[in-house]
Amino acid sequence: MTEAKKTESLAERMRLPWNCMPIGGAMFEPGSSTEYKTGDWRIQKKPVIDHNKCILCLICWIVCPDVSIYRSEKTVEVDYYHCKGCGVCSNECPVKCIDMVGE
Amino acid sequence: MARRIIKRDYYKATAPPFGPNITPYPGEGMTVQRQDLVGYNGDEAVAFAVKQCKVGVVAAYPITPQTIMVEAFSQYVADGEVDTEFVCVESEHSAISACVGSSLVGVRVFTATASQGVALMHEVLYAASGLRCPIVMAVANRALSAPINIHGDHSDMMGSRDCGWIQIYVENVQEAYDWTIMAFKIAEDPAVQLPVSINLDGFTLTHSMENLNVMKDDEVAKFLPPRKAYVKLDPDHPITLGGLALPEYYFEIKRQQEEAIRMAHKVIESVAEEYCPRACREYGIIETFMIDDAEAAILTLGSTAGTARHVARSLRSRGKKVGVIKLWLYRPFPAAEVAAAVSGLKALAVVERAISFGAPMGAVASDTAVALRQSDSKVKMLNAICGIGGRDISPDDLEDVFNKALEVGETGVVKEPVMYVGVRE
Amino acid sequence: MVLSLKELTTVENFAPGHRLCPGCGPAMAARMCLKAERGRPIVLTNATGCVEVSSTLFPYTAWKVPYVHSLFENAAATASGIEAAFKYMLKNKLIEKPVDVIALGGDGGTFDIGLQALSGALERGHDFTYVCYDNEAYMNTGIQRSGATPRGAATTTSPVGRLILGKRQQKKDLIAIAAAHHIEYAATATVGFPNDYITKVRKAIEVDGPAVVHVLAPCPLGWRSNPSDTIRLAKLAVQTTIWPLYEVEKGSYKLNMKIMKPLPVEEYLKLQGRFSHLMTPQAKDEVEGIHRDVQENWKRILKLCGEAQS
Repeated sequence: MTEAKKTESLAERMRLPWNCMPIGGAMFEPGSSTEYKTGDWRIQKKPVIDHNKCILCLICWIVCPDVSIYRSEKTVEVDYYHCKGCGVCSNECPVKCIDMVGE
Repeated sequence: MARRIIKRDYYKATAPPFGPNITPYPGEGMTVQRQDLVGYNGDEAVAFAVKQCKVGVVAAYPITPQTIMVEAFSQYVADGEVDTEFVCVESEHSAISACVGSSLVGVRVFTATASQGVALMHEVLYAASGLRCPIVMAVANRALSAPINIHGDHSDMMGSRDCGWIQIYVENVQEAYDWTIMAFKIAEDPAVQLPVSINLDGFTLTHSMENLNVMKDDEVAKFLPPRKAYVKLDPDHPITLGGLALPEYYFEIKRQQEEAIRMAHKVIESVAEEYCPRACREYGIIETFMIDDAEAAILTLGSTAGTARHVARSLRSRGKKVGVIKLWLYRPFPAAEVAAAVSGLKALAVVERAISFGAPMGAVASDTAVALRQSDSKVKMLNAICGIGGRDISPDDLEDVFNKALEVGETGVVKEPVMYVGVRE
Repeated sequence: MVLSLKELTTVENFAPGHRLCPGCGPAMAARMCLKAERGRPIVLTNATGCVEVSSTLFPYTAWKVPYVHSLFENAAATASGIEAAFKYMLKNKLIEKPVDVIALGGDGGTFDIGLQALSGALERGHDFTYVCYDNEAYMNTGIQRSGATPRGAATTTSPVGRLILGKRQQKKDLIAIAAAHHIEYAATATVGFPNDYITKVRKAIEVDGPAVVHVLAPCPLGWRSNPSDTIRLAKLAVQTTIWPLYEVEKGSYKLNMKIMKPLPVEEYLKLQGRFSHLMTPQAKDEVEGIHRDVQENWKRILKLCGEAQS
C-alpha cells in the first residue's frame, strides 16, 4: 500500500547532470508515482469504512480514481497515503458503510 | 582515421569489381563479393537498399517525387521479397508517427517523403529525435508551397534543420544506395540513437537512371546485423516514454540530445571506415576535389557538386585554379572539416538551393560562415542561391559563380555577398 | 458475459500517486480499461491530455505497462506503428507472445485533431483498441469546447454572455463515425457502470481488428460538479437517455440498457455548474434544443437497435 519513505524524493534524486539523465526522458521505474504522497491533497474529510456493515461488493474499490482502496480476500482498506478525499466511494457504497469524517 | 575529408584529384566513374573475389586494398586481407551492376534511378536505388537492410516496418505516404520509392517497395512486399510490414498511412504526419511507434518497439523502420510531407511531419520530427528513435527517412527534396512546385530544391529540409535529425545529402544514385545502408548503422549506434534523413534532389536525382553497383544481400547483412534496441516497449520491462518534463528536467534531456548528434560525427567516420572496404568506394564527412592549390572553390550539397566538378575541370584546363567541396553531412555541421578544407583558399562560394527568407545569407552559407569565423579564417565568402523550384543549374551558371569567387579572391572585396543565379533580372 | 467485479484482476497497472483531480472521471476510465486485460500484456499509447500529462510527470509515472506518448493527434497512428512492429516481431519469432495494443485518447485528441489518424487506423484494420475517454471539452488546456461538448454547455471558448449562451452546436457521434469504417466492434460506455465498461473493453480487445469504445468520464472541475458526484453523473447520463449504452457488432446495433422511464434531463443538468445558465428564463431555446437533441437521439438509437419506441 504505502511506500517506505526514502530520505530524498524521486524528483530530487533525478536532478542529475545532463549526461546522467535517462535517454529521451524515459522513465524506467514503472509505477514510480506511488512514492508521491497525494494524501496531502485531502482537505477536511477522509473516508472511513465500517467493516461490520461492509458487504465486500467491491464497488468502492473499482470506482476509486486514485487506486486508494486496497482489496484483499476478506476486506477492503483505504490507502490514506494516496486518498485525495473525493468522496466517490462514500457516495457509491450501496450499504452506506463509508463515512467522510473530518480529519 | 582518414574518413573525414575524402580528397580526390581526379574523378572516375566507379567501376564494378570484376572477378569472383577481389582484394580492395593491398595488405588489408579482406575479400568482398562481386557486385551487380544495375540501372536504377535514385528512388529505386533507395528502395532496393531498404530491401537489403531487412527493415521491419515501412510506413509511408506518397508524394511526388518520392512516389517511386514507395511503389517499388510495395512491389517487393507484394512479391514476397521482403517480410516488412508495409503500412499505407493516410498522411505523412501519421507515417512518421507510426514510424515512431514501431521504432520504440525495437524494429528497424524506414519512411520517405518530400516537401509538403516534411512540412506536415514537422512537429513529429522533433518528437522522433526527442524520443531517440533511430528512424531512417529518405527525402526527395522538393520546393515548398506556395505557389505549389513539384520540382527540386532544398527548402523542405532546410526548414527542418533544427529538429535534431542527422542530415546527409547524396550526389548520385550510387551514393543514395550506399548512404541509405550506412544510415541505418549510424542511426542505431548506441552512442547516437537519432533519426537520419538521406536527401536526394527531387527529379534531378530521384528520377535519373544511372549505373548502380549493388552489393550482395549477405554482404549487406554482414555489415548491418539486426537491430539491437536498448530503450523499447517491452512487456517484460515496462517503461514510460514521452512523459511531461517540466523546466527542472527538460534542459538536461535536450542537452543530452545535442551531445548525441555531435557524437554522430565520429560514428559516421567509423561506419564509413567499416563500409568502404566492403563497397570499394570512398565515403566520409565531406569530399574535396582539386582543392590543394585552388584559389577559389564552390561548396555545395547534393547533385550540384557533379556540375561543379565538370565546370572546375573546364576552368582548370584554362588555367584557373578552382576546386569543389561537397558536404555529405549537413547536420551536425562539419565545421572543423570545412575550415580545414578551405584553409588554402582565397574565396569560397557557397552554392545552395534554398532561400532562407530574411536571413543575412542562406542556411548552408550561414553555417559555413560560422565555421570560418570559429577558425579565424581569412577566406572571403559569398553565397550563390540557385536552382530554386527546380530551375536548372547549368554549367554556365556555375562558371559565373566560380568567376565571381575568383574575382573576390583577387580584389579581396565582396561586392555582392548574396547572389541569385539563374533568375531573370 | 458481463464481467463481475470479483473476476477482475487485482493487479493495479495504473498506480496511485498520479496528479489527476479528486473525483476525476478519466482517471477511472484509464484505470478500468487496464482491468480488461485477457492474459496478454497490454501496450498503451496515449494522446496528450489530462491523463497523459498528469500521470507521466517526469520522473513519476503511474503506468506499469509499456507506455508511449508522442503527440496530441497521433495516438491512433502511433498505435498502428506499434501494432505493425509487434506483428513483424511475432512473425520473425523475436517475441513469443502476442500483445494487445490500446490507444487511449481524450475527446479532444479523438473527435477533433485526432480524427484523421483514427479514421486511417480503422480503415487499415490494425488489431488494436481505441478507448476515447470523453469529458466533453479540452479540459487539460483549461476547459475549452471541443467537438464533443454538448449543446448548451458553458466552456471558456463557448462561454455564457449577453448574446450567446454556451455552445450552439450539437455533439458529434463518434460511434457512427467508427461504424462507418465497417469495423467489427464499437460501443459506448460510462464509468458509472464499471462492469459494462470493462466488459466492453474486453470484447474490444478480443476482436481481431480495430475496435472503438467511447466512454463518458465526467470531469468535476470542467463540469463544475461535486467531485463525489462523478459516478452519479455518469449513471444519470444513461438514465436520462442522454448517453445511450449500445454496441455495434459487425454493423448491427444492440442496446445494452433500455430505459423504460427516462429521468428528466434537468436531473442531470442541475448537478453541473456548466449548465447553470440554463436554469434562467432566457435559456428557454437552449433547453428546448437539448430536449430535442436527447429525444431524437434516443429515438434514432432505439430504431437502429430494433427496439420498440416507448
